[in-house]
Amino acid sequence: MVAHNYVFVGLLLLVAVGFALAPLALVALVAPRKRSPTKADVFECGVRTHGETWVRFRIQYYIYAIMFVVFDVETVFLYPWAAAYGSLGTFALVEMTVFLALLFAGLAYAWAKGVLRWA
Amino acid sequence: MDVGTALIAQSHRVDLSPTTAIVWALWLLVGFAGIFPGIVAYMVWLERKVAARFQDRIGPNRVGPFGLLQPIADAIKLIVKESIVPRPADGLVHLLAPVIVLASAFLTLAVVPFAVGLVPIDPPSGLVYLIAVSSLSPLGIFLAGWSSRNKYSLIGAMRAVAQLVSYEIPQVLATIPVVLWAGSLSLVSIFDHQAKFGWNAFTPPGLLAFAIFLIAGVAEVNRTPFDIPEAESEIIAGYHTEYSGMRFGLFFLAEYLGVFAISCVATVLFLGGGMPLPFSSFPVNLIDGSVGSYILADAILLAVFLAKVLLFIFAMFWVRATLPRMRIDRLMNFAWKYLVPLCVLNILFAAAWFEVVVRPGRIEAGRWAVGMIGVGLLTAAGVQLVFWANRKLAAAAPIDADWPAVGAARGG
Repeated sequence: MVAHNYVFVGLLLLVAVGFALAPLALVALVAPRKRSPTKADVFECGVRTHGETWVRFRIQYYIYAIMFVVFDVETVFLYPWAAAYGSLGTFALVEMTVFLALLFAGLAYAWAKGVLRWA
Repeated sequence: MDVGTALIAQSHRVDLSPTTAIVWALWLLVGFAGIFPGIVAYMVWLERKVAARFQDRIGPNRVGPFGLLQPIADAIKLIVKESIVPRPADGLVHLLAPVIVLASAFLTLAVVPFAVGLVPIDPPSGLVYLIAVSSLSPLGIFLAGWSSRNKYSLIGAMRAVAQLVSYEIPQVLATIPVVLWAGSLSLVSIFDHQAKFGWNAFTPPGLLAFAIFLIAGVAEVNRTPFDIPEAESEIIAGYHTEYSGMRFGLFFLAEYLGVFAISCVATVLFLGGGMPLPFSSFPVNLIDGSVGSYILADAILLAVFLAKVLLFIFAMFWVRATLPRMRIDRLMNFAWKYLVPLCVLNILFAAAWFEVVVRPGRIEAGRWAVGMIGVGLLTAAGVQLVFWANRKLAAAAPIDADWPAVGAARGG
């Protein structure tokens, strides 16, 4: 029964993609198409682009991404605990407090190591 | 089976009988492909009107009365514009990126209970689904910036991803108190819980979670003061610099659909959905099984729901007209050093509130008062603690040390 919910999600995905592609198809039919080398240039404030664009980027972004993955996985653990909390009793609260303390220690460590410094 | 009863049945038991197929078709074709984009089109009109008033202008008033036909004129204009794709760009990815962002915004709305029975689907893991599909939009935004092969686009995309993943953590953590109290991840159960115990925003940990959810929500849809991914004064238009015509229109539509979706979700999670009174299950208790009572209750619920959503949307426009853009380091700091610790503490406060107030199964005046004062003081102390710790740490390592130019400009 529950699986059928996701049939709807699949249909909705089709509708959403269709809703996005339909106006693009319409544009292909009615919009003008006048190509010119200048128009097809990369727009960087009218100055000719210089050097390669697809370069390696500063590491700071990836460190934030790693922090995100860590915390996102934690939340996946927190959800079932929260949903079942009413029937779990006090011990579950203690356990989760320990878990949150560990989580917090991780954040504090990253903080102390300067991971959260944008410079 | 008439439509009203079919809708009630549909919210509780999903099967693929012909009536369900009709209800689904109605949702998909009338709701998702008709009403929601219509609402979004008029949100754009409303924002232009509201922003104009804030700046002492009149706003669109030429196309139709009060400029009401402006969205139609805009749509026609977008369709007849040429779609320019830069020569070095990755064509296929450039095309798919706005489609992914738009699909993500559409999928978010699938679990929102607009009124009793008026919910497209109610999976038991509704919130997990919600977070999963809303995480798709950073992917689309990044693909847009990367595929354009424009340096400003790439910078905008990197900023967008850093910001979106950072604010997703507090946004997700802020929903945990709500789940804890309702004992379920389903948005319908969360709505039912609030019919019994009052709106979640009217509890101390709920109010804190609500505030965090709203702040993170504004960041998730890239709006001022969190719009550094498309900061026009520094990086042209960020990730959608190389998008023109209808392809840009899709990003635009997705942004406003995202604003609408986040307002709907905030209303359901914290403001009791469509219920007009905070501590009463008023229109829901009218339903006595007859179709007439059902239609009456749902009309009230839907009207109040839309009014609350409109309030949120207006608040976002107001914030946009009032606050300047945040600097990127402060923006990231705010998510990780303020909001995340607050959310983690708030989970414990939420557990305390559960023990004091929710555990008996109904609101008891004495326990409720103890909870409001006790947990309220605890929550206020938690907020003070996080801000105090941050002030201490910031004083130990002034931010100007990271930004010599800022210190020099201040004459320090």
